[in-house]
This record gives sequence, C-alpha cells and structure tokens, in this order.
Amino acid sequence: MAWTPDQPMVSLKDVHKSFGELEVLKGITFDVMKGEVVCIIGPSGSGKSTLIRCINALNDIQKGSITVEGQEVNDPRLDKLELRKKVGMVFQQYNLFPHKTALENVMMAPLIVLREDQQEVEERARMLIRKVRLEGKEDSYPGELSGGQQQRVAIARSLAMNPDVMLFDEVTAALDPETVKEVLVTIRELAEEGMTCILVTHEMGFAREVANHIYFTDRGVIVEHGAPATFFDDAKDPRTREFLSQIL
Amino acid sequence: MEAFFEWFRWLYDETGINLTFVYDAYDRERMIDGFLMTIWLSLVCLFFSVIIGIVGAWLQGSPLKWTRRLVNGYIQFFRNTPPLVQLYFFYFAVGNLLPKVATDYGGEAPLLGNFAWAVISLSFFAGAFNVEIFRAGIEAVPRSTVEAASALGLTRLQTYRHVTLPLAFRVILPALNNNLVNLVKTTTLAYAIAVPEMLYVANQIWSDNVNVPEMMIFLLFAYIALVGILVWSMNRWERSLKIPGFGTS
Ligand SMILES: Nc1ncnc2c1ncn2[C@@H]1O[C@H](COP(=O)(O)OP(=O)(O)O)[C@@H](O)[C@H]1O
Ligand SMILES: [Mg+2]
Repeated sequence: MAWTPDQPMVSLKDVHKSFGELEVLKGITFDVMKGEVVCIIGPSGSGKSTLIRCINALNDIQKGSITVEGQEVNDPRLDKLELRKKVGMVFQQYNLFPHKTALENVMMAPLIVLREDQQEVEERARMLIRKVRLEGKEDSYPGELSGGQQQRVAIARSLAMNPDVMLFDEVTAALDPETVKEVLVTIRELAEEGMTCILVTHEMGFAREVANHIYFTDRGVIVEHGAPATFFDDAKDPRTREFLSQIL
Repeated sequence: MEAFFEWFRWLYDETGINLTFVYDAYDRERMIDGFLMTIWLSLVCLFFSVIIGIVGAWLQGSPLKWTRRLVNGYIQFFRNTPPLVQLYFFYFAVGNLLPKVATDYGGEAPLLGNFAWAVISLSFFAGAFNVEIFRAGIEAVPRSTVEAASALGLTRLQTYRHVTLPLAFRVILPALNNNLVNLVKTTTLAYAIAVPEMLYVANQIWSDNVNVPEMMIFLLFAYIALVGILVWSMNRWERSLKIPGFGTS
C-alpha cells in the first residue's frame, strides 16, 4: 500500500526502547502529518533524544512500530539509505566534519551518497548557505565558526539531501544566548516553508510560536499533549505544570 | 668530477681512509645501485604497510567476529616474533611451498624472487603496527561525527573513507612517522636473503677492499640522510594537512 500525503508522514505506535535493562521509551504513540511542526519537551533524561534517534534508525527499537512515509523503520530489511534520504537530522553538538569547509560539508552527502553532478551540488550548496545567512563563510572551516554558525551549516548540510522531514535534537542547547536566535530564525523559516519538523527543544517561546502540536514526555511516556495555546495555558497534569513552572 | 674522485684516491694514499665507492667506478656503481635498491624497497614497503594498516583497521571494525579475530591474530603474530625470523619463514618456508615456474632457458625458478619476499615480509611486519596505529586514530574520531555521516546516508565504507580516515590520519601522523622510520631501518634485514640493498652492497665492497670502518660509517650517515628525508617529508605533509581551527586549539 503506497503512502499518500494525507496519511501521517511519521507515525509512531507503542514504541518501546531499552538499553539493556533500562527501558527508556515505554510505549510512545504519535503521528506527524506533512507540513506539521511538532515539539517534544520534557525533563533531561526522559528519552527525547532516544525517541528522535529511533525515527531515523540511529537506535533500534524493541517493540512497536515507526513508519516514515509508510515505510517501516523497525524492520531488519530496512534500506537505511532510503530512510535517511527522507529524514534529515540536526544534532545538539552540530557534528560537522571538521576537515571540510562549510561548503564542502554541505556538498558532501549529495556528492557521495546521491552521486549528483558536482556543479549542480555546488550551486545548491551555495544557495543553502545563503539561505541560512552564512554568505561569505563558504570557505571557513567549522573550527573557525561560532556555535550558531556551525549549527546553521549543519542545518544546510541536512537540507542538501532534500529531506521530507527534519529532526532537531536540542539544536540550540549548546549555544550562547545571543546566537540561539539566529538558529531559531532559520528553523522558523523552514517551518513556514512547509517543512515537516520534529523538534526537541527547551525554547518554550519558540515552541509556542512555531509548533502545531506539543508533546510533553517524562520517563519514557507522553504525559500530556496538545496545541500550544491549550498546552501552555491550560496544562492538566501536575507533572507538566511543575515542568512548565520551572522552565518558564 | 674526475678531480673530485681523484681527491679520494689521494686521501687514501695519504691517510689510509679508503672510500673506494667514490673513486672506483665499479664500486661506485654498486653503491649507487644499493642505495637506490634501499630507497625502492623502502618506498614499496611503506606503501603496502600503510595499505595494510588502513584495510586492517577497517576490518577490525567489522561486525563479523571471525574477521576481527583474524586481524588480531595477524597483529599478534607479527608483533611478537622477530622480523628476521619472519623473513626467513617467508623466503625459505613459504617460498619452498610455492610452485616453481619454467624459465626461458628451460630451467626452473622460484615463483617469487628475494626482493618480492622481502617486500611481503617487511610490509606485513610494519603493517601489523600500522593497523594498531590506525585503530587508535579511528578511536579518536568522535562517535557523534561518524553518526552524523550515517544520518546523512553515508555507508560504513563511505564514512570510513571520507570522514574517519582523514580525521584519524591527522591524529596518528607522529606514531605513523615513527613506525615508518623503523621500517626504513628494518629494510637492512633484506640483506639476510641477499637482496642487494645498501648493507648487502657495503658488505661486498668491504670484503673486496678490507675497509670495514669506512663502509660502516658511510652506512650510518646514509641511513641518517634517508630517515631525515622521510621525517622531513612527513612533517611537511603533516603541516599541509593542518585544518584551521582544528586539533591545535
Ligand atoms: N547509548 C545508550 N546506552 C545506554 N543508555 C543510554 C544510551 N543513550 C541514552 N541512554 C539513557 O537513556 C535515557 C534517556 O536518554 P535521552 O534519550 O538522551 O534523554 P533526553 O534526550 O530526554 O535527555 C537516559 O537515562 C540515558 O542515560
Ligand atoms: Mg537529549
């Protein structure tokens, strides 16, 4: 059965994940439609990173199902390359390739993985670097860029593969307060262009503005979820309230 | 030029310091051939030992248990046995097991000559150390960087080639440098199976002329020069690989 855009782009059903004895995800279920922006919030150690990493098969899961555009991720015969062409990921620590310039970082995957034409790839990479407002930094190495600039290169690097979904795992958590904004602006633009986004974030103001839906997780379960307005102003669960009162 | 050579003949007549390989055309030719043979042997072994290091370190990261065990066995074997014994083992034991090939003159010759055996033996010897060196370098590359590559869709091999290896190289160059210097010095072992490298030729010359001390001193200086050139080019290479804002900060 082929996937059509009216079905969830990403769908998690009763996802369980353990590291040895430690069960980190205890039955997570949610859907993300095409063009939706979903924010996952929750205390540290609640399994948010693990959840995100399961979606592009950086972690395996023990039970349940994850599909991306109808394709089952939790399948030993999964073609990881196909999955990763669809799913872009940005990490908290940027994880750029330090021996490549900003431009080369962006060009690398399309050249190596998709074997696209050098000239076309370069053109698109320059366009993406402009898009994340780093014109003039094409030939800088990651070590010569600030955290916020590196993170924007990382976003451009992910976009170069033309993903259908973007995963962001606390991408501003390691940044100086002044540079957080420039990264958030980039993400907001992406969201406004209709990119499907799943973000883990502690930036509540940002989540409130851009998210269609908020999920609050604690100790491996979704405690509460809802549209931003109801979620932030009208949280029901005491754990959510306590978390929000601490962070806001 | 002739005057230069003759000066050494004069030096011999006056002082008894006999550098035949300068003034005697025949010895000079032998010495040059030996020198070139040492360089050639070193270069070929350097090349193969680095390839063995790169491939071995890759295989050590294999998900297959037996592949990893095989590589580890290889490393233990070559690290913990004397290289001279390894050389004899290859040349006399393995060499004898191989089929002979017919020569143009109707006789039989070994499939591989002594030069080939020296290359095989010395490359595997230095390669065993190189595998360990490369492994250490690979372990120094952050897991998160490798993960970012795989999240972009790179395969394990593509990640190794374009991310892990280039980064590991920069970390291991000093250690690699040391091992390659050792390898150049170890090429003198090829003497034992009559590969006409520098030591072998020097030995022939001092047998003919009874000028052992002179030849020995010359040999030492020749190796200092060779190793010096190697170290110098490795350092240059290291500098050319420097990435702005990476590693040194
Ligand atoms: N690779 C791993 N091996 C073992 N435990 C892990 C691993 N990764 C994460 N964990 C554990 O899983 C739990 C959830 O971690 P994580 O998903 O990083 O939480 P969050 O991102 O919400 O802070 C933590 O207790 C953490 O120690
Ligand atoms: Mg996390």
